[in-house]
Amino acid sequence: MLKFLPRRLLQLIPTLILVSMIIFLLQQLLPGDPALVMAGEEKDPVVIAQIRKQYRLDQPLPVQYFYWAKGVLSGDLGESMRIKKPVTELIREKLPVTLQLATMAMAFALLIGIPAGIVSAVKRNSAWDVGANLFALWGLSTPNFWLGIMLIFLFSVKLGWLPASGFVSPFEDLGQSLATTVMPAFVLGNAIAAVLMRHMRSAMLQAMAADYVRTARAKGLLEKSVILKHALRNALTPVITLGALEFGTLLSGAVLTEQVFSIPGFGKLIVDAVFNRDYAVVQGVVLVTASIYITLNLLADIAYVLVNPRLRG
Amino acid sequence: MSAAQETRDGLTAHAGDPSPARRALRRLLARRTAVFGLVVVVLVALFAVAAPWVAPFDPIATSWSLVRKAPSGAHWFGTDEVGRDLFSRVIWGGRASLAAGVISVSIAVGVGVPLGMLAGYVGGLLDAAISRLTDAMLAIPFLILAIALAAFLGPSLGNAMIAIGVTATPIFVRLARGQVLAVRAEEYVEAARAVGNPPLRILLRHILPNILPPVIVQATLAIAAAIIAEASLSFLGLGQQPPSPSWGSMLNTAQRFLTQAPWMAIFPGLAIFVSVLAFNLLGDGLRDALDPKSQ
Repeated sequence: MLKFLPRRLLQLIPTLILVSMIIFLLQQLLPGDPALVMAGEEKDPVVIAQIRKQYRLDQPLPVQYFYWAKGVLSGDLGESMRIKKPVTELIREKLPVTLQLATMAMAFALLIGIPAGIVSAVKRNSAWDVGANLFALWGLSTPNFWLGIMLIFLFSVKLGWLPASGFVSPFEDLGQSLATTVMPAFVLGNAIAAVLMRHMRSAMLQAMAADYVRTARAKGLLEKSVILKHALRNALTPVITLGALEFGTLLSGAVLTEQVFSIPGFGKLIVDAVFNRDYAVVQGVVLVTASIYITLNLLADIAYVLVNPRLRG
Repeated sequence: MSAAQETRDGLTAHAGDPSPARRALRRLLARRTAVFGLVVVVLVALFAVAAPWVAPFDPIATSWSLVRKAPSGAHWFGTDEVGRDLFSRVIWGGRASLAAGVISVSIAVGVGVPLGMLAGYVGGLLDAAISRLTDAMLAIPFLILAIALAAFLGPSLGNAMIAIGVTATPIFVRLARGQVLAVRAEEYVEAARAVGNPPLRILLRHILPNILPPVIVQATLAIAAAIIAEASLSFLGLGQQPPSPSWGSMLNTAQRFLTQAPWMAIFPGLAIFVSVLAFNLLGDGLRDALDPKSQ
């Protein structure tokens, strides 16, 4: 661990720098001169020169990047051109909404994916196994925005049980909050449940073929205890760490799911920013997403080493 | 390439055995789910190519007397909010989806595999640079990077394909690099080097054919992901522009008419689901057939 951690942390630095460069360079793809756009209708050369100087557009690209990165490091992600608010403030507002959605989605994914994976491994080649595998294929092949629309059609339009769109904070009204988020959370969790089921199934099959499980059986332990105490405990850890990596899928999925259910979260923030050409917001959201993802990746790696004594070295 | 040459290059062990490709094909055809996937993929491709002849109506012709008609004998999937035939639009939409899937994955394979091979074979600083760049791109969630790229490039089907292709590239860089590292120490590569073959020839003639199977598997699965990504971008308005049909943008419109015309949402979604499922089944089958070790 002592040898592994510093090396892993050192590797993060070039990755983070490159991520920030990619995000900064995205802006260079934009057609047109930003100074001309900002100068408005009149296109006064004096004003244009002034804007160039103010935003350092007259400086070479590396210098521009340096100043941008300096701002980012001190927590300044720029200002939204449209809403005239600092990007960090917008992210602070919207992130909790998506985190609530993501947490509920993960709960769905774990509650469905883990038991389905265990059952399909334990009862290999049975109808249960076939069913679980079909479920995984369905989860991996259904576009989540379509699933969202179909659920709205069934539960909101036909049955009238759940609201079709909107969001209520859990601090305002917990019941309403759950009612507005249960469908989008299920939609998000569905695809991840499929991935977890496949991981769980193969980890469980591997564990059940291991020597310690044969020993446990030979000792005369009950099959239930062999599966739950011996095989499952060993199979679960890699699956949980892999689950952490599915966070990227969650954030990608949230973009569409929030759009379908009109939930004012992180995903809707980036889509709205894209359509309003609010590039500072797009850059900020992508940067924050990548940082969260990299951190989770690191935590998953550390957890993996911690639970696996052979890797501690 | 003649049989004698093949044998000399070590591609076939014995002249009498069926080639590895033929054995893999036999294993693939022995799997029912894979065959099902293959058949559906071929059907979807045929419909997409033959769209002008198989679609019963013009996909962009509007008709005010046919607004939001439920599925019937004349209009199998019903009609949309301006009276266009949904069956024809789903067929034409398949063109956009399939083209987006195949072209974006071709971009990703065409850029990613050579870069990954170079990184794996040359090593050193070049490898470090390519690998870090790959890590950085993989640190940004797939769809978010694709949306950001499509947004900065401007909304169109072509730009959506580029955005998806670029976003999918790092997967192939990483895959090719790992495969090259695994085979470069093999005896046949050592032998090729020992007799004085230039590096480019070793990469193309000796390494590439051996890393191809996992690339083919990954490419098939990536097409499935790319079809969903294109539908997602079109759903958000960043892909195919109206009035040209695409499954994603049809679903976007359908959402507004869910109460009055649910069929508008059902059929384009089913089309995405069936195509993606088929590519996933085919990809899984190819993995089992080409790479028995990975099971």
